[in-house]
Amino acid sequence: MTRARVLIRPKEGILDPQGKAVERALPALGFEGIEHVRVGRMVELEAEDPARLAELCEKLLANPLIEDYEIVTL
Amino acid sequence: MIWGVLQFPGSCDERDALHACELSGGEARLIWHEERGLEGIDAVVVPGGFSYGDYLRAGAIARFSPAMEAVAEFAAGGGPVLGICNGFQVLCEAALLPGALLLNERMRFVCRQLDLIAVDGPETGHIDTIAARRPALSIPAKHGEGRYWAPDEVLDEIEARGQVAYRYAPGQNPNGSARDIAGVRNEAGNVLGLMPHPEHAVDPLTGSTDGLRIFEAVAAAGVAA
Amino acid sequence: MTVEVAKHIELGLTDSEFELICEKLGRQPNDVELAMFSLLWSEHCAYKHSRKLLRRLPTEGERVVMGPGENAGAVDIGNGHAIAFKVESHNHPSAVEPFQGAATGVGGILRDVFALGARPIAVLDSLRFGELDSLRSRHLLDGAVRGIGHYGNSIGVPNVGGEIYFEAPYEHNCLVNAMCVGIAETKDMVRAAAAGVGNAVVLMGASTGRDGIGGASVLASAELGDGDEAKRPTVQIGDPFEESKVLECCLELLGKGLLVSLQDLGAAGLTSSAAEMASAGGMGIDLDVAKVPLREADMEPFEIVVSESQERMLGVVEPAKVAEVLAVCEKWQTGGAEIGTITDSGQVRVLRDGELVGEMPVEALVDGCPLYDLDPAEPDGWIYGNRATLDPGTSAEETLLALLASPSIASKRWAFEQYDSVVGSRTVRRPESAEAAVLQIPEAGNAIAVSIDGSGRRVACDPYAGTIEAVLECAQNLACVGAEPLGLTNCLNFGNPEKPTPAWQLDRAVSGLADACTALGVPVVGGNVSLYNEGPEGPIYPTPVVGMVGELPDPTRACGNAFAKEGDAIALLGPFSPSLAGSELTKLRGELEMGLPQPDIAAVVAACAAVRDAVRAGKLSSVRDVSDGGLACALAESAIAGRVGCSVDVQPLRARGCSPEEALFGEASGGFLLSGDRAELEAIGAVTIGKTGGTTIEIAAGDRSFTVGLAGVESAWRSLTV
Repeated sequence: MTRARVLIRPKEGILDPQGKAVERALPALGFEGIEHVRVGRMVELEAEDPARLAELCEKLLANPLIEDYEIVTL
Repeated sequence: MIWGVLQFPGSCDERDALHACELSGGEARLIWHEERGLEGIDAVVVPGGFSYGDYLRAGAIARFSPAMEAVAEFAAGGGPVLGICNGFQVLCEAALLPGALLLNERMRFVCRQLDLIAVDGPETGHIDTIAARRPALSIPAKHGEGRYWAPDEVLDEIEARGQVAYRYAPGQNPNGSARDIAGVRNEAGNVLGLMPHPEHAVDPLTGSTDGLRIFEAVAAAGVAA
Repeated sequence: MTVEVAKHIELGLTDSEFELICEKLGRQPNDVELAMFSLLWSEHCAYKHSRKLLRRLPTEGERVVMGPGENAGAVDIGNGHAIAFKVESHNHPSAVEPFQGAATGVGGILRDVFALGARPIAVLDSLRFGELDSLRSRHLLDGAVRGIGHYGNSIGVPNVGGEIYFEAPYEHNCLVNAMCVGIAETKDMVRAAAAGVGNAVVLMGASTGRDGIGGASVLASAELGDGDEAKRPTVQIGDPFEESKVLECCLELLGKGLLVSLQDLGAAGLTSSAAEMASAGGMGIDLDVAKVPLREADMEPFEIVVSESQERMLGVVEPAKVAEVLAVCEKWQTGGAEIGTITDSGQVRVLRDGELVGEMPVEALVDGCPLYDLDPAEPDGWIYGNRATLDPGTSAEETLLALLASPSIASKRWAFEQYDSVVGSRTVRRPESAEAAVLQIPEAGNAIAVSIDGSGRRVACDPYAGTIEAVLECAQNLACVGAEPLGLTNCLNFGNPEKPTPAWQLDRAVSGLADACTALGVPVVGGNVSLYNEGPEGPIYPTPVVGMVGELPDPTRACGNAFAKEGDAIALLGPFSPSLAGSELTKLRGELEMGLPQPDIAAVVAACAAVRDAVRAGKLSSVRDVSDGGLACALAESAIAGRVGCSVDVQPLRARGCSPEEALFGEASGGFLLSGDRAELEAIGAVTIGKTGGTTIEIAAGDRSFTVGLAGVESAWRSLTV
């Protein structure tokens, strides 16, 4: 079994209100110089056949129209 | 005229949709998400709610159900399909409609009575030419992930082809939807999705009755198909 | 040198309570037994400081189907149907984690209602926080509203009403009270009492984890101090999707007659559900913790029995029907496991894989907790301090704008638009459009009205009179939509009952509640008590929250609260005799002190009947209960909602002995603001004070007369946002 972590984030160019809200709140909390915040999702799993992970991402874990994904095997 | 209203674990507005279907004429029955058969069904409604808790993404899991496979076939054959709110999200996830629904711009759920402008589509074979004759429809919207989005090229295409079915009236866009789009049709015009809830606008006691027009338009397509 | 604190003390039991437990067991309790006793003997579960007082409340009536002691109360609505309802608090968890605290509060009250076999059809909520200039209060408000919306919207139950107040005494101890209303066929309703020796005990719903372990005794029976970070692990996480599945599962099981009894798992988890079911039925119960589906593999027996994991229900099932029950659970994709047996031992026996790990008499667990008398003492004066935010010389116009903009009075649209108020297609009156929510009940050919009303500051001024006012306000709200009250549920939110002032407040408030309900003829069918709401600065305002359900024959006649058109007469009905004591204006001026005029209950009841009849006959264009901010605010709100101004003269109130200021901004029970045809209004005993029209609000009030534009007034009233 291969342990993997899939990171899913909104595509560039799509309004990400959560990312924007986080970015705007940071200076007031004492964090300067942080930009380009995007808020996404993380899915961890164990796969018998890691070769199928990309297909799983394309079909279910991410919506390729609006999201990018990255598979990290652990 | 027989309506089929899908029911997933977590659907909320399916019984309201059932009632609205019956009010607009005909019989209606619930279709459990594990059912594959749509025999005898003239029109399908994919209702509102939180199918599978909206977990992962709204509609992402429901689109893989056996019932949705049957709906995809039904739609490919020209059968009329109406997707409301979560139903609209499911249809977009299933690529039966273009675009996607994202988190509301202000990141809050909003429940509000709104005015929708019905947009004319191509003359024949497309759902909802009856509604286009009214200036505005008063219909409640209630959602947290209703911001309609598609890449600009896609938006240009669907506008050019008359696939935009409804827009939020000026100043009333509750979620930041691109070009104020509240509902769209597929290219063939037999699949219609919208975020606001016409099934909650069918009874003068609980609100307006403008939603009935939308069910009647779908029914008309169902009879003709 | 460290001093080891005795385990029972850590768990919230006193030394004498511990000795009593040893006496009842005939030996020292082991860890499992100690954990279970500590929860069931906590204030939250045992009501040890309030139970004697609650015996004063009237609980019987010919429409009562289920009274106190069941999972929720229920009243007969006609045609073989009953309306179930209850209100409960989730204060301490919400102060620690507002989103999940409020969400699981909604989850819990939903389960109490569907545990009776009633399908939930509405929720309402009553929230109280510190003043909004505190970051903490804004955070709690934001989290609580999102949490309530998240849970209610996801499960598809409309939120049809509520209230939100902001007062400094709630800064450290916010109040989140959630109410649920459900409908059932009376013949299908099920009680919680376990029955049938040899019957199986089935656990349904979510798996069991470490959520909220020790929650009841650690959180709800102690004041929140500076160390409440450490209480974070005891907060429960809610899953409305799981709840929607287990709800449908339970309703299907009840519809098919597969359950002997049903109980929800709330505070103290399996411990309280199992023990209470056994106690109600006079039975015993054996539970095998090895059969409980777990989320975490290495849980100890004591953790399993006290876990407060959400979305779980306990059913009693005849052995021959267990397989069918589990199949229905499977269909709804929710958990189902046979975990025990009903016995006639009179004991709660906890086993692990057949090996006994704890054994306690049911009676000792559920009824053995000592009940305490309070030691009340009236305080010397006002203990809550004052903070002036309004200059004494402020003009009447500016005063009205300040009151309308005050967060307690301002429109709560920011909040209720985050709630689905239409799902289920029953909602005839949505939030803010009438004085009570109205839901159509086609099953019985009529409709119900629901209102939730609490009072804190005024109850602090006079706990007896203030509580009566809260009950009367609820009845007035129901009258405004033409409804006759059928039953009442209440949540009593107070400070530490072991201290003399909160004890006095609680004692007087319960008397007020009892007397008001008796005079109204409305039985108390259920409720909840939340004590120990105190922070380093002292107790919260004593806050009874009342939820009432009423019936009305014709939902099309449910009157709204907005002025309907130009040229209507405006009139006052009722024994309204306003004073500034305890009012919002007095608060803003920083002049709060003890004392309230005593309400004339009989006269208010008579006014309610007159309004109710007039509404049912369709005689009124609008009606509004005069409450926070007095008559001037009521006029403004009706004008804003109706988009039409008005001009009135408060002379009739001057004639009752009120000063101009009291007439404008004074508060009291028994004030109804009506609009409609002048002759019709006067025929029912209302006193004309003016008429609708124009775009300004013009009030003649002696030396405090003024005129203000509708636009300015609306902008002040709609200023609440976070």
